[in-house]
Amino acid sequence: MRPDRKRQLITAALVAPAGLWLFVFLVLPFMAMVVFSFGERAPEGGYQAAFTFAQFANLPSRAAAFWNTLMIAPVGAFLCLIVAYPVAYYLAIKSNPKYRLVLVSLVVVPFWTSLLVRTYAWMYILGSRGIPNLLGMIGIEDVRLLNTPGAVLLGIVYGYLPLMIMPIYVSLEKLDRRLLEASADLGAKPVSTFFGITLPLSLPGVMTGVALVTILLLGEYLIPQLLGGGKVFFIGNALVDLFLQSRNWPFGSAIAVTLVVVVVIVLSVAMRIAWKVSGSRQVDLV
Amino acid sequence: MTAAPGNDIEFRSVTKRYGSVTAVSDINLAVPKGAFVALLGPSGCGKTTCLRMIGGFEQPSEGTVQIDGREMNGVPPYRRPVNMVFQHYALFPHFDVEQNVAYGLKQARPKLPASEISARARQALEMVRLGGFEKRRIHEMSGGQQQRVALARAIVNKPSVLLLDEPLAALDKKLRTAMQIELQTLQRELGITFVLVTHDQEEALSMSDMVCVMNAGRIVQMAKPQDVYDKPADLFVADFVGKTNRIAATVEPGGATLRLSNGTALAAGGKTGLKPGAATVALRPEAIELVRQSNGSDSQLIGIVTHRIFLGSTAEYQINVDGLGDFLVTADRRSVQESDLVEPGERVVLTFDPGKVHVFPA
Repeated sequence: MRPDRKRQLITAALVAPAGLWLFVFLVLPFMAMVVFSFGERAPEGGYQAAFTFAQFANLPSRAAAFWNTLMIAPVGAFLCLIVAYPVAYYLAIKSNPKYRLVLVSLVVVPFWTSLLVRTYAWMYILGSRGIPNLLGMIGIEDVRLLNTPGAVLLGIVYGYLPLMIMPIYVSLEKLDRRLLEASADLGAKPVSTFFGITLPLSLPGVMTGVALVTILLLGEYLIPQLLGGGKVFFIGNALVDLFLQSRNWPFGSAIAVTLVVVVVIVLSVAMRIAWKVSGSRQVDLV
Repeated sequence: MTAAPGNDIEFRSVTKRYGSVTAVSDINLAVPKGAFVALLGPSGCGKTTCLRMIGGFEQPSEGTVQIDGREMNGVPPYRRPVNMVFQHYALFPHFDVEQNVAYGLKQARPKLPASEISARARQALEMVRLGGFEKRRIHEMSGGQQQRVALARAIVNKPSVLLLDEPLAALDKKLRTAMQIELQTLQRELGITFVLVTHDQEEALSMSDMVCVMNAGRIVQMAKPQDVYDKPADLFVADFVGKTNRIAATVEPGGATLRLSNGTALAAGGKTGLKPGAATVALRPEAIELVRQSNGSDSQLIGIVTHRIFLGSTAEYQINVDGLGDFLVTADRRSVQESDLVEPGERVVLTFDPGKVHVFPA
């Protein structure tokens, strides 16, 4: 066998398991969903073969879910970024290298407990027996925290922070310290060094984090369910309703397909911009 | 107290410790204005720490560093009138060549007009012969070109001192030699003080007009290059700078005679003040002449050629001398005729001028 032929076979063998997995559990279901989205709801619920655009025409009836998702997800990701960057910066650049590994592990520790349990805890903290109760004791009555967009955003920042910290930490950690010294040597004050060197060179990590968190948020179900209480609901919540309550699979499929299309468009535009800004081809993940 | 005028850099009893490790120990150093000084020593000798204390990246644990007569302790790098060419250059990968060079100018407050920034950046690039490369990206430049960008970036702010941290270490030999000459030329054109850190003795000797040999956190010798080579202050310098043959010996009472460990007696060659007792004799390979017949002089040893390494303009011999071990001898091709090239296995006489022998207390 020729060596390059052999190499191709080895590559194929290594890629096959993941490729097969993705095909069976991602591509096939997605194709099924596309087919469903042009169908009709069977009288007793579920799917009935047909070819109609009725489901897509009906999308405006879930405009609120789209609006909430497409507004709160990017805002949530941005808030995550604002909180995560200083933490990642401290961990990667300022912290004592001796304790760095311990500190970085601490970031991941919350993942040891289920997000469900932790979000329940927030439900209690923000609910009437939590912070509003404490505020009531000092005379500030009738503060509503739970079931507001603010509560959902808080939950998002809390839940997704580690996912934002990690990629930024990695890109700052591999940043060559001599570049920072060179910047200082050339007369740049620390603030100028940060905005001229550190931030631009960590943009790949920032973009990865923002993309990662945004993508996951677009499909978020748990946090709006628990902290939004049906008042602030995402597409994820609408999908659960449609598939499990009203059993309108075709309409649910149409919404899901539309979401995927929107995400792909938004991300490719965002990545194109990120490439331009950072001037590098190293935007990871997407 | 201010520094004596004419000194760009002064170290006063500077010590630098990292935890329990002393990197630099009680160093006093004065670099005159416009000098080209090389800090030379093996890795870990403290030379880079010294350079970083001038740059402001490290602060002395004790003592003071002065630049241009001003005490610099606690002054951050961005307020010091020095610029550095970093080892591996540390060029900004997200900027093109001109943006890299202009970076220092853009930091000036009040801001310089964009036209001036661009003009000065281009002028600096011309100085390092990189005109026309302004818009290239850093990863498109070769190692030698990156080196020049780093140089241009460091001189664009017109520092009073330029610091160079192993600037040529990553270049191949031919390019290194060319850059040595260019750096010297640049230093004369700019007329500013250069402080070079290197572990390469050839680089230090060839470029600088003052060599500061360091070992274990201390300055062992500070002198002109030829003096460091010809009059090494101690055995370490003799060994580190150039090649040397070390011979165990004893200074006889009276101090006029040296007895080598194989019993050969040598005249001390006009050296005075030798303390009787154990000593080490150092002899440069090129100070030894190889002859086939003894000329009856005192300063001679007899040995057998074990290896010959042909180096083009010179040849190096390894010669085993009875009772003294292996000697290294360099023969200049101009003085050695083809027929005179001794062969391995031959018995030869090593003669030398006793005045070229260095004697150090053991």
